[in-house]
Amino acid sequence: MARKYPVAHEAIATKGWLGAHRWLILRRLSQFGILGLFLLGPLAGLWIVKGNLAASLTLDVLPLTDPYVFLQMLLARHWPELSAIIGALLVLGFYALVGGRVYCSWVCPVNIVTDTAAWLRRRLGLRGGTRLAGDARYWVLAMTLLMSAAFGVIIWEYVNPVSMLQRGLIFGLGAAWVVILGIFFFDLFVTAHGWCSHLCPVGAFYSLVGSKSVVRVSAPRRAACDDCMDCFAVCPEPEVIPPALRGAKKGVGPVILDSLCTNCGRCIDVCSKDVFEFSTRFNNRLPAAESVDPVPGVTEERTSS
Amino acid sequence: MANEDRRKFLADMARMAFGVGVFGVGLGMYAQRAASLPAQAIRPPGAIPEEQFLSACVRCGLCVRDCPYNTLKLAELGEDVALGTPYFTARDIPCEMCEDIPCVAACPTGALDKGLTDIDDARMGLAVLIDQETCLAFLGLRCEVCYQVCPLIDKAITLDRDHNERSGKHTFFKPVVHSDACTGCGKCEKACVLEEAAIKVLPQKVAKGALGAHYRVGWEEKQRAGGALVTPDKTHEYNLPEGYRYEHEGRGLIQEAAPTPFDADPLETLKRGKEGI
Repeated sequence: MARKYPVAHEAIATKGWLGAHRWLILRRLSQFGILGLFLLGPLAGLWIVKGNLAASLTLDVLPLTDPYVFLQMLLARHWPELSAIIGALLVLGFYALVGGRVYCSWVCPVNIVTDTAAWLRRRLGLRGGTRLAGDARYWVLAMTLLMSAAFGVIIWEYVNPVSMLQRGLIFGLGAAWVVILGIFFFDLFVTAHGWCSHLCPVGAFYSLVGSKSVVRVSAPRRAACDDCMDCFAVCPEPEVIPPALRGAKKGVGPVILDSLCTNCGRCIDVCSKDVFEFSTRFNNRLPAAESVDPVPGVTEERTSS
Repeated sequence: MANEDRRKFLADMARMAFGVGVFGVGLGMYAQRAASLPAQAIRPPGAIPEEQFLSACVRCGLCVRDCPYNTLKLAELGEDVALGTPYFTARDIPCEMCEDIPCVAACPTGALDKGLTDIDDARMGLAVLIDQETCLAFLGLRCEVCYQVCPLIDKAITLDRDHNERSGKHTFFKPVVHSDACTGCGKCEKACVLEEAAIKVLPQKVAKGALGAHYRVGWEEKQRAGGALVTPDKTHEYNLPEGYRYEHEGRGLIQEAAPTPFDADPLETLKRGKEGI
């Protein structure tokens, strides 16, 4: 089935280009901004943040530690110093609140690579490829934790492309660009969203961290949905949408509660009917959301009452 | 139908477990291989033993950032050092042995042990004068550069004098490293004037020998005890040929003057001869 591209052409028509790319632009600003903060030191001598995403020190007082690396360290039977413990708790708390996979879509530099691959894949109309189970990442996650314990080393950091890229850009890339290029082509030709949505244990870990997170994307105006499928086309985890978007009949609330949702907000951008918005998990009242903003002509969604 | 579903589910599970398992074993083997640090890569001061280091270092590079001399760097993909871990190469930039040890202070995890408070106690490696064939001092020249740059001069490196038999009238001034003082900072290796350094910092476990646990160095035991630990010998009775004795104070085997018909002074013999034998 041929699609008209860009995916968001209806949204662009109704909201303007900027309106249809608002969250995407903010995300890129966040991703590049964080990278920029780390690079400001080595490039300009302005030391606001030192280190990298594994562990950092901001303004010489605020320690932050990646809780996934931290967990592997504990399993490798090293008890860290206080600063790493505080840093890990801070990061855990933050993502437990705003959504674990906010790390993926707002911080992780590999996301820029894989988003580009996904965009190009849509653009070129590439379909098919090798199917991978979406829960492979949890297997990989379990494997890294097991192997960290078995070998007594922080094992994922030997090969973690996320660290490779982020650390590489700050401290020196070496041959890591080969791996990143590999991920790009893997996502482009082999499996759609292959790395971030199927294999990466970092994202799997953060999805667990954010399984009860407060900040969520919601579809309060789902009654207005015209089934254009644009949100499904751009979503890196499209299976998280249906329960919220099409749950009215089943009595399911409009909030996307699946912890795999990355809170990227791209669905909000590309929807010409403004079905989606950022909300909280507590805003999941069913009938109220359905009746607050009734859209004339779309009634078949509002049944069962 | 349900049976088929279950079968498919189990098959999928098995495939996944196998795939990830193979990946995991490969990863483990890779990690073990990567754990063998090349001899020329030196960890920062205070680094805990290598196996533990790889369980503790998160590869954040905070030690690198706080090193004022740009000595430290993080291993990049393609290098032999475990990816992302900090190290330095003495021949490029050695450790300047800062008194406040900022790299250790910066480490958030304890991979660099904060128990190290005096940089002289650091044991990053051990300098070894590894090639006596090219070392200028061993060729008889007064080089001494490694000795002069050593931050612990006359403790970690001393100059031992030795007779130069080739020239017959000169003295070798040979640099000798002492493991009880050497921190492995690498300034000697950096300073060595040769094309390829004759003195190199090596990991302790490569550089050091080890006596068997049962070995006792007699004179050290004697000093520690304040006296000989074995029963003092009676003067030893050697079963020597007649006319020989053994002297314990250093002269060793002595041939006693054999009784001889001849006197020391030949004249006496002649006189005796006159008297008629």
